[in-house]
Amino acid sequence: MNKKTLAFPYVFWSVAFIVIPLGMIFYYGLTDKTGAFTLENIATIATAEHSKALLLAAWLSLVSTAVCFLLAYPLAMILANMNVNQHSFIVLIFILPMWMNFLLRTLAWQTLLEKTGVLNSILAFFHLPILEIINTPAAIILGMVYNFLPFMVLPVYNALTKIDKNVINAARDLGANSMQTFFRIIFPLSIPGIISGITMVFIPALTTFVISTLLGGSKILLIGNVIEQEFTQTGNWHLGSGLSIVLMVFILINMAAEAFFDKNGEGTAL
Amino acid sequence: MNKLIDLQHISKTYDSNVVLDDMNLYIRENEFLTLLGPSGCGKTTTLRIIGGFETPDRGQVIFDGCDITSLPPNKRQLNTVFQKYALFPHMNIGENIAFGLRIRNKPQNYIRDKIKYALKLVNLDGYEKRMPDSLSGGQQQRIAIARAIVNEPKVLLLDEPLGALDLKLRQDMQYELIRLKNELGITFIYVTHDQEEALTMSDTIVVMNQGYIQQIGTPETIYNEPENAFVADFIGDSNILDAVMVRDELVEILGTRFACVDKGFGQNKPVDVVIRPEDVELVEPQRGILQGVVSHIIFKGVHYEMEVTANGFEWLVQSTRMFPVGTPVGLLVDPFNIQIMNKPESEDEEAIGCDE
Amino acid sequence: MKNTLRKLYIGLIFLFLYAPIVTLMVLSFNASKTRAKWGGFTMKWYLSMFRNEAILQALSNTLIIALLSSLTATVIGTVACISMQSMKRRNRAVIMGVTNIPMLNADIVTGISLMLLFITLGLRFGFMTILLSHITFNIPYVILSVMPRMKQLNPSIYEAALDLGASHIQAFFKVVFPDILPGVLSGFLMAFTMSLDDFIITHFTKGPGIDTLSTKIYTEVKKGIKPEMYALSTLIFVTVLVLLLLVNKTPSGKKKLRKR
Repeated sequence: MNKKTLAFPYVFWSVAFIVIPLGMIFYYGLTDKTGAFTLENIATIATAEHSKALLLAAWLSLVSTAVCFLLAYPLAMILANMNVNQHSFIVLIFILPMWMNFLLRTLAWQTLLEKTGVLNSILAFFHLPILEIINTPAAIILGMVYNFLPFMVLPVYNALTKIDKNVINAARDLGANSMQTFFRIIFPLSIPGIISGITMVFIPALTTFVISTLLGGSKILLIGNVIEQEFTQTGNWHLGSGLSIVLMVFILINMAAEAFFDKNGEGTAL
Repeated sequence: MNKLIDLQHISKTYDSNVVLDDMNLYIRENEFLTLLGPSGCGKTTTLRIIGGFETPDRGQVIFDGCDITSLPPNKRQLNTVFQKYALFPHMNIGENIAFGLRIRNKPQNYIRDKIKYALKLVNLDGYEKRMPDSLSGGQQQRIAIARAIVNEPKVLLLDEPLGALDLKLRQDMQYELIRLKNELGITFIYVTHDQEEALTMSDTIVVMNQGYIQQIGTPETIYNEPENAFVADFIGDSNILDAVMVRDELVEILGTRFACVDKGFGQNKPVDVVIRPEDVELVEPQRGILQGVVSHIIFKGVHYEMEVTANGFEWLVQSTRMFPVGTPVGLLVDPFNIQIMNKPESEDEEAIGCDE
Repeated sequence: MKNTLRKLYIGLIFLFLYAPIVTLMVLSFNASKTRAKWGGFTMKWYLSMFRNEAILQALSNTLIIALLSSLTATVIGTVACISMQSMKRRNRAVIMGVTNIPMLNADIVTGISLMLLFITLGLRFGFMTILLSHITFNIPYVILSVMPRMKQLNPSIYEAALDLGASHIQAFFKVVFPDILPGVLSGFLMAFTMSLDDFIITHFTKGPGIDTLSTKIYTEVKKGIKPEMYALSTLIFVTVLVLLLLVNKTPSGKKKLRKR
């Protein structure tokens, strides 16, 4: 039996359910209701309403990616230095929350953030100013950071644990102090993990419609909300597909960056 | 005699596991010193303590008269060549070699010259722009050495640097290292578990086992006059036998008395005796001190290796003459070639049985 | 000092990650129907949960879809990994590239692309469309966790088994499979978890009249979440936690973990 034929089910599956569906987005996005070719669907991104949603989404996801990075890097460093020989245990701690439904977890932040919520009660107890961030962009950022932080921690942690201890020792041996060792050796060697982390945080954050719906009230529209409404409420698939093509440009840029830095093609995510 | 590095009463324990116990050792300037022993004997720990990657629990490391026990590695005037090379994978060869010099803010043209000089020294001119993972193991090893020596350390520490190379390459690199050592005129401290490497390259060999120094000496002394059964067994092939020192210059082995040259062990004292296989001479049965029968024979190239059963002991014998299996033979040993050793005093020093 | 700071930092991050979960657990015991105020301790939601047909139906849909999709994905994915080993480099790179698309692509794009496909094919939106979609996004998780194991595998052991008289099938099941099993298992668990936690793709590929827990919660958001939902989620979470602790505590489980 030829081993290569074993791949047939998967090749068939990926063509039918990955490649062709993506082609359909392009088909719908580049045609109008009569089936004629048009660039109008994509051009609507320039309208005030859509470009505002895209820019806001880009801004919020950039900020949350940056916050995730700043929180995750020190954490990954600490975890990597702990010499926990149970690598899988660390991964587990970050995956475990996923067993509590994603929507409920995010909704729980409403309870925590509300004017009279848990967090503010604590702040008030210590006579600190209370936070009024529920239904603001800040709450959306918090929701993004909360949901996607593990996707930054794990790849960076993996990249850091892969660094040969003797490479770090060699840098010390050649006269580098701990700052120099960090900036010249550890940080550059963790870049593939960082890129992978950025991709895994930025893309879902940029395209989310759930977090903005749950924590931003109904007033704040992100590009994800616009696309979702085109499909489930307005029913204008051509327009929705056109806007999705715009999103895919961002995704392609990210994929290219990842492919460039992750030469082994192994992925450092899992 | 100039002590460059002096280790005084060094002890190191890893969670209740004693790795080094009250170790004393000095290293002279310009010496090629090898720490030799089976894995887990404490040789790598000793090297890491000198390099600054470990701090001893007790004791001092004196370098050129200064106590450097708790000095971090980047402040020490010595450099290390790591096992598996530890080249920086994101830098090309030139950047790897320049690393230490850039840290010290040396001028650009000085660095450029140094890279050229170092690559020439290790016979890899023109490799500046290559990346580490495009080089073979042997080449990476040379780069690791070049990266260390451009910093002009007083001492180069080498942690089993040839362990990952194949046999032929390893032998070539041994000569290369001796050449380098002579050209640079600095001290090498070399860690290995390979006795042949140690014998070929070293000025001084330190044989270690289970955290203790077993013997310090030149390769010749270590080979010809092992101080105990562990050293004898670890360095080269040997016949190690229980014996009784009857009196000075007479020893009883397997019930037969042999003349020897050692004195001062006392009378009727149990001792260990080592006789190298090449020192056992096979003759006609009636001429030998012992009589035996050849039980195995293997052709080894330069010589035949035989096992001869005599007085209930399997003697290992090397000879250029061939004696077929079953031949009755006599065994002769020159008194000068019988090495008498004291039995180990305590369990701790009972070293045989810690096999590689 | 430095150590205390580190521990404090880790502690704060875990507080951040687990605070909402604790909140939900607390809410599941809240006698008051709104989540805004504490009305005293009660177990009643845990009881009424079992009488709530809609929630139980959503739970069973979720579990069945998660189980079927992750099992199917594990089989397809593992078989694909085996055959990719003997492929030319370039072909393998193309397949891995396609595999990465659902991982890197936005869920919303994957969701609507599948929705458009099902519309074009004229499929009725319901259980089947959700299942097909879940299998699609689950396969990459399996492949990405089996592939590294496959690469580590010494190809000689398969040949050794053949040399010792095993047939191809025997050689695979007796020698190769046990070696890649940890990868297959973790791929399966990953896939199961992802399927269970998915909302976005299900949202676009489900039809009216069928709900998973996620989509049911989403429709309840506006009306207010029923406290039974908190009770159910707490129950699921605690069950998983206990199972994981048991696997970690038993001696055999510990050994397995260390082997990785």
